[in-house]
Amino acid sequence: MRKELGLLILLIVVGGITGAINPTFLSAVNLLNMANLIGLFGVFSLGEGLVIITGGIDLSVGSMFALLGVVFIDLLTLHQWPWPLALLAVIAGGVVLGAIQGTLITRLKMQPFVVTLCGLLIYRGAARYYTTDSTRGFGYGDEADQLRTLASGHLYGVPNTFIFLVILAIVMGVALHRSVYGRYLYAVGKNEEAARYSGIRTSLVVAGAYVISGALAGISTVLLVFYTDSVSPSSFGNFYELYAIAAAVLGGCSLRGGEGSIFGIVLGTALLQVLQNLVNILGIPSSLNFAVMGSVILIGVLADQQFQARRRMAAATGAARRAMPVPILRSGEQKT
Amino acid sequence: MLEPLLELVGITKVYPGVTALDDVSLRVIPGEVLGLIGENGAGKSTLMKILGGVVSPSAGTIRLDGHDHATLTVGEAIGAGIAFVHQELNLFENLDVAANVFIGRETLVGGPLRLVDNAGQRVRVAPLLERLGADFAPDTLVEELSIAQRQMVEIAKALSMEARVIIMDEPTSSLTISETERLLRIIADLKAHGVAVIFITHRLGEIAASADRVVVLRDGRVAGELARAEIAHATMIRLMIGRDLKSLYVPPRSASREGGCDIADLVTAAFPDRHVSLSVRHGEILGLAGLVGAGRTSLARTVFGIDRNRGGEVRLDGAPVVVRDPRDAIRHGIYLVPEDRKKSGLVLELPIRENITLADLPRYARMLLVRRRSEAAVSRTQSARLGIKAPSIDTEAVALSGGNQQKVVLAKWLAMRPRVVIFDEPTRGIDVGAKNEIYALMRGLADQGVAILMISSDMEEVIGVSDRIAVMHEGRITGMLAREDFSEYNVLRLAMGQAHEPAEAA
Repeated sequence: MRKELGLLILLIVVGGITGAINPTFLSAVNLLNMANLIGLFGVFSLGEGLVIITGGIDLSVGSMFALLGVVFIDLLTLHQWPWPLALLAVIAGGVVLGAIQGTLITRLKMQPFVVTLCGLLIYRGAARYYTTDSTRGFGYGDEADQLRTLASGHLYGVPNTFIFLVILAIVMGVALHRSVYGRYLYAVGKNEEAARYSGIRTSLVVAGAYVISGALAGISTVLLVFYTDSVSPSSFGNFYELYAIAAAVLGGCSLRGGEGSIFGIVLGTALLQVLQNLVNILGIPSSLNFAVMGSVILIGVLADQQFQARRRMAAATGAARRAMPVPILRSGEQKT
Repeated sequence: MLEPLLELVGITKVYPGVTALDDVSLRVIPGEVLGLIGENGAGKSTLMKILGGVVSPSAGTIRLDGHDHATLTVGEAIGAGIAFVHQELNLFENLDVAANVFIGRETLVGGPLRLVDNAGQRVRVAPLLERLGADFAPDTLVEELSIAQRQMVEIAKALSMEARVIIMDEPTSSLTISETERLLRIIADLKAHGVAVIFITHRLGEIAASADRVVVLRDGRVAGELARAEIAHATMIRLMIGRDLKSLYVPPRSASREGGCDIADLVTAAFPDRHVSLSVRHGEILGLAGLVGAGRTSLARTVFGIDRNRGGEVRLDGAPVVVRDPRDAIRHGIYLVPEDRKKSGLVLELPIRENITLADLPRYARMLLVRRRSEAAVSRTQSARLGIKAPSIDTEAVALSGGNQQKVVLAKWLAMRPRVVIFDEPTRGIDVGAKNEIYALMRGLADQGVAILMISSDMEEVIGVSDRIAVMHEGRITGMLAREDFSEYNVLRLAMGQAHEPAEAA
């Protein structure tokens, strides 16, 4: 929890300073706007986080948005599907894509980076081919009005996306930190071999993370479609996988696997959105947007690493002191 | 007599808690083949690491061409013409033969560009390969070569460095008979050219065929030295054994029961052309002895479902059990305490509690959620039962000593319902006190009716703890010893692939 606490303090400090310089930052309109964006980006960042905890990576989510997005709009407008069916179809689409990637990674032992990079290229290409690169949007009709209200509405002024993220984070937090599957996920991420020696079906655990990431990408597609109201297949969702990875890493996930928490990922997402917003509010040229984000992540991860190294040193000397009275064979120095 | 080109005087190496070498003296004369033999753990590898400059001795002198050194650096060792042909070959598979021979000493062309002269290197390697009678070209990629051919690359590398002493650490362990003969011919040729060879092997026949002199190590000391005329199997084995074994043996409370685990004609990945059959009865500790690489770990991995079963079957109380993965084995109560506990036994960064419950987590869960209270209760019970010394059950396993880590691995299985437990080197790297505790736990388990298979390379442990000993040699069970036949001599003979002589006592 120490990591999350640090991140929370950083978030408050950054927010406080920005608010002090320009009070607009703390205005209700701005805060609610940010909340909406945090909700939109948080949902798929959580899925990315799970994948990263297994020691993998999912580069394909941004392109999934484009492919699933154009399909979703076509189902509603062209094919006039009822919205619950279209919603289910899009989520199922995400699940299927995630399952394919998970299978390639676990059964055929391909590298996650390669598999999902190819996913990124294939889904984007498929979306552009399918639409002949034309933008898909809703007509003047009232397709899926109920779903639109659900996805982009407000409850007492709070954006539904944010509320949804909070609920999702609670459910997934319990699942990750309390459930059997969650425990397996950490164990596999930390030491897949030992997990296998304990009888855990590690392939299923890992593939499951990609499936969940795919499902959350499906849900995110719907939220994003109603946020932008149209999908241009060549740009919709571009770089969003990188936002998700950045949020997860900032939130304490290690790309080596086995580390990270749901709360951390949510805070990471929030910090990224605050940074973007701050660039606008403080009049920093928006072209510097990515540079600011990159610098903060770099500094954050570096600081965390230094901090952990120091803690490990302290722990190691502590352990050595405890073990002093007994002669101990150092590991790796067994007799030949 | 020729001046020795290399002499070790009074070499001692002490590691915390163990003396690996104790006052070892040794000399090597140009153009001789010196056989170096000894059991697992006798100190051969440590001695060779000192010669290679990898490890510094705690005391003693290394005399090279009349100059005394307290310790060698890797550079000095190479400079003095000491070269290695390692047990696990240190070659770059993705590079060709010539590049491997000249690795780190590349011939450069192109002036400031510092490009590697690949063509030139190949031309220089060709005569070396020819001299060794190699059947491959200098531009062959190493990954395309067999183990025997790779050894030739290592020897060619040694020759290219104008080595005067080549140390071969079990070079024949993975060679076929004809490949071995060719290697022995190469050794004879090196000798004829004045190159000395230190030949480490477990195969006494090869020593008898090639060595001019044999030095036998036992427990880090020189147990004896044999001149050419004195080299004989029985003499060598007698010198290798003969230490006082402390009596660790605790007899079972009752005679071992009927039933247990039968391994029938099992084919393992390490020796796909051999069949292994073995029976462990409920209530007994069956020791599985053998030299490193005899196929014991592979057998354990196959029974536990880590490696695919390539033939044969495992029966539990007469009923065949199908084991496709460790999950199946665990469901039948067959557990493995693996050789490398840090890599395979524990998730080091998880707390003790989570390691103990990892293999049986659904049992601690209701509605898919883990109940920490019942998890903690079981962890505390097991920690107390096994005497795990740690600040709390939430301490990460990485912070524990080797002995306590091993107890956590054991606790994981004891919290379940064991019927057969395979221990692979259960006390490796563990201090003496914890060792005895682990032996007591094993005996306790056996007395509860669990069948225990203990793989061990530690002679004291095998003889001191087992009720019976099975000995494995190159993928085969070469013998089964009852308690009255236990002796280091008998175990070692079988481990080296020689027939059991029941009447002989050591």
